[in-house]
Amino acid sequence: MIVAGCDVGSLTTKAVILNEKRVLGHAIIKSSFKPEESAEEVMKKALVAAGLSMNDIGFCVGTGYGRDRIPFVGRVFSEIACHAKGALWLMPQVRTVIDIGGQDCKAIKVDRDGTILKFITNDKCAAGTGRFLEVMAGLLDIDLDELGRLSAAAKNPLSLAATCTVWAQAEVIHHLNDEKPIPDIASAINQAMAVRVAILARNVGVEREVCMTGGVAKNVAVVANLEKLLDVKVRRLRVDPQMVGALGAALLAREKMEGTKDDRRGM
Amino acid sequence: MIVAGCDIGSLSAKAVILKDGGILAYQVIRAKSRPEESAREVMEDVMEQSDISIDSIDYCVGTGYGRNQIPFADAVESEIACHGRGAQWLVPSIRMVLDIGGQDAKAIRLDGAGNVIRYVYNDKCASGTGRFIEIMAEALGVALEDMGEISAQAEEPVTISNQCVVFAETEIISLINDGRKLPDIVGGLHRAMAHRVVSLAKGIELEEDIAFTGGVAKNRGMFSALEEALGVTIKGTGVDPQITGALGAALFASEAVTL
Repeated sequence: MIVAGCDVGSLTTKAVILNEKRVLGHAIIKSSFKPEESAEEVMKKALVAAGLSMNDIGFCVGTGYGRDRIPFVGRVFSEIACHAKGALWLMPQVRTVIDIGGQDCKAIKVDRDGTILKFITNDKCAAGTGRFLEVMAGLLDIDLDELGRLSAAAKNPLSLAATCTVWAQAEVIHHLNDEKPIPDIASAINQAMAVRVAILARNVGVEREVCMTGGVAKNVAVVANLEKLLDVKVRRLRVDPQMVGALGAALLAREKMEGTKDDRRGM
Repeated sequence: MIVAGCDIGSLSAKAVILKDGGILAYQVIRAKSRPEESAREVMEDVMEQSDISIDSIDYCVGTGYGRNQIPFADAVESEIACHGRGAQWLVPSIRMVLDIGGQDAKAIRLDGAGNVIRYVYNDKCASGTGRFIEIMAEALGVALEDMGEISAQAEEPVTISNQCVVFAETEIISLINDGRKLPDIVGGLHRAMAHRVVSLAKGIELEEDIAFTGGVAKNRGMFSALEEALGVTIKGTGVDPQITGALGAALFASEAVTL
């Protein structure tokens, strides 16, 4: 049995291919304007990595904001369901999943069976989502990947008074005009981001163990600031945190297929 | 009797001189990096216009976020009080002022004497402030001054589903890619902005007789969008809508002198 999960996000598109036991292949690409194209492309890459063809895939589950436009999926699941599923599979002790995507942020509480007890999403305001960091990295003219590492080099960390991305942008420009060192500004940005995420996490109720999924989990400064704000250790998953949604989708695809088999047996 | 009002905002500075109960001169300038500088420059401008010296001004009231840094102000008043007072002096029948500036939006309810009953204010979120339209104009490659006129040409205004300025910016880019017409997009943006401001104002209960002031009131498209959202006719003040706060400050100055 071979299954796949495909997660079409606003910034990146991910695919994971699984058999009964393990991950056979995975891929991640930048999303294009058309979710259909992104999905086809990432799937092709993952198939190549696994040495398989599309005909080998027994069932595929889609997720992410573009999930309804993936041509080859048998079913779609919410990102909440997929991230929770993926995170719990990787680390069964996890009870709180904080997923920060390119344009949203979710805090999810699960029980030991993986049942979702509660979740809170912010997709209304760019502050506290990956977009905030993307806009700020653009202003500083640095790579998004670099932003997190810069905090460590801050000598006199600054802070941002505004929550709104637009007003915070003006503050950053002000700091740049004042010729403030980039690491000091980056530190303010990472801290502001963590503050927003912490508010969401507190509202859902933080329970150990806590893990983070989505691209922002790669930002070491946001993670460290969040740990301080929530007074809890954020556990590292053993895979690229961006892949967790697609992994969860593939796991749900596998369950679905197993379920189908059971049904057949029953008949 | 000659009095002055000086309103130092974060983006612009305004001054108004009143002589015997009528407007003698007014000026609006872009704010300098320091409030003191803005205040001096706008005041010098307005005095030059009316050919008077600082000594002939009997009393000056300052307002706006930089009000405590105006060197020549005799007293200060809150922005809300000044906007309310200024607007009602210009249009006596009004019971509510919607003031939308480049960085904030306020709704003020007034009694018949120009006193503030309740007010609500947004400067936390750029959506629903002038910055929204400014950013969208940039994204669309349209001059800010032309936005209102383009909005009037909308036939089927689009629905903007995102409230956040950052997300709405992405949304209009995909609307352009979908081939939607520029006036329909601009019209939709004005609608979205009007809804934000009206929901803010609803927090203090709407009145029927409303004036629209602040820099965004120069945009005729926003007048119609607000009227559509409110279901009532709204009034302009007949003078530069940016001077309402400074005018109110000058009116407080004249009261101080009269007493």
